[in-house]
Amino acid sequence: MSIWEYANPTRFMQTSGKLLPAVSVLSFVCLVVGLIWGFFFTPDDYRQGSTVKIIYLHVPSALMAINGWLMMLVTSLIWLVRRHHVSALAAKAAAPVGLTMTIIALVTGAIWGQPMWGTYWAWDPRLTSFLILFLFYLGYMALWAAIENPDTAADLTAVLCLVGSVFALLSRYAVNFWNQGLHQGASLSLDKEENVADVFFFPLLVAIAGFVLLFLALVLLRTRTEIRIRRAGALIARERLS
Amino acid sequence: MIALLRRDLKLAIRAGGGFGLGLAFFLILVVLVPFGVGPESGILSRIAPGILWVGALLSCLLSLDRIFQLDYEDGTLDLLATAPLPLEAAATLKALSHWLTTGLPLTIAAPFLGVLLSMPSEATLWLVASLAIGTPALSMLGTFGAALTVGLKRGGLLVSLLVLPLYMPTLIFGAEAVSRGAQGLPATTALLFLAAITAGCAALLPFASAAALRMNLR
Repeated sequence: MSIWEYANPTRFMQTSGKLLPAVSVLSFVCLVVGLIWGFFFTPDDYRQGSTVKIIYLHVPSALMAINGWLMMLVTSLIWLVRRHHVSALAAKAAAPVGLTMTIIALVTGAIWGQPMWGTYWAWDPRLTSFLILFLFYLGYMALWAAIENPDTAADLTAVLCLVGSVFALLSRYAVNFWNQGLHQGASLSLDKEENVADVFFFPLLVAIAGFVLLFLALVLLRTRTEIRIRRAGALIARERLS
Repeated sequence: MIALLRRDLKLAIRAGGGFGLGLAFFLILVVLVPFGVGPESGILSRIAPGILWVGALLSCLLSLDRIFQLDYEDGTLDLLATAPLPLEAAATLKALSHWLTTGLPLTIAAPFLGVLLSMPSEATLWLVASLAIGTPALSMLGTFGAALTVGLKRGGLLVSLLVLPLYMPTLIFGAEAVSRGAQGLPATTALLFLAAITAGCAALLPFASAAALRMNLR
């Protein structure tokens, strides 16, 4: 029994078919609990007032935007090395979800920034690197859409994802050099010193779990759709031949 | 290898379009900017380093689809792929000839255009140095983008979308080096980072470009 058994599309469809409802329900529960807890049952911050509550959308979506790209990187590598089609399709399926997460993070950040920093947008390193991540997602999806042969498209987007990851990381640190930051440092970390207060921390954890599960559910759903599209295409091709 | 380089250079110079076009675009961009922001030399000299770098970057973009497209259409690329010369070397040479026909002329022209934008004279040296160090990275990244989209009918716009985010770090360090030089601050750090990017691109991107070419030719 190895993990590569799930690379078989039939096997993947079976397992993901069982997983998907559970993951979706769990994600829904976590999101409802985390967001309602966060929005209605936590105190206002003494300086930021109630605007602090946007953290329950902003932080999880930003987290998933970055981890979505990381997942695409891993699946692209698996596709290039072992050529499992499910892996390539999972990378394709994750891109629009990651793009949406990036947009949510940028928009919630802008909405929070207007009352707090007095501006929707500042050319701050973190904000800028997120904008660059957004552009990378766009380019990746555009390349998928532009190439007709699915295998060539999977290959080329995988290579783009690898090179893009290096340059996205490079940009992340290059922008530090270019402008001073306005964004606060990390609000979460394993070492307790700089964490947010517990009242905000626990609902935030639930919301993060909800977003992770939501991302997983959406990616599973989209990968299943992609596999079905492939199958339908194969059936149509067979019809034409006979 | 030298034969391939000479052929590419000859084609670029004689077959019209590519060679002068980037340079002319650069000139026009620099001439347009003062009309857009006004002729005060204070503002112009403040933004000159950035404008020159963005201009150089955009003119590099212009000629990217020529790197492989013609060779792909007339079958030269298939011959190159089966030739004893590794495809990685061919990709490097393509990037080199692209740099010789766009990056190098831009580097030479930039100080003269800097005068038009009333750039401080201390910055001229930094501008030439940063362009000379940075534009090879632009050519290599562009070659990679062109290799990705070689099989497409209308790849030109897509190349810009793919390549521009990749250009970001080069632009940041390049423009930073010049603007620090213009203010009389030490600019060596930015220049060293720029050199690191170029060296890294030269070491890794030929493999990525060649891989993309093979996938497209399969």
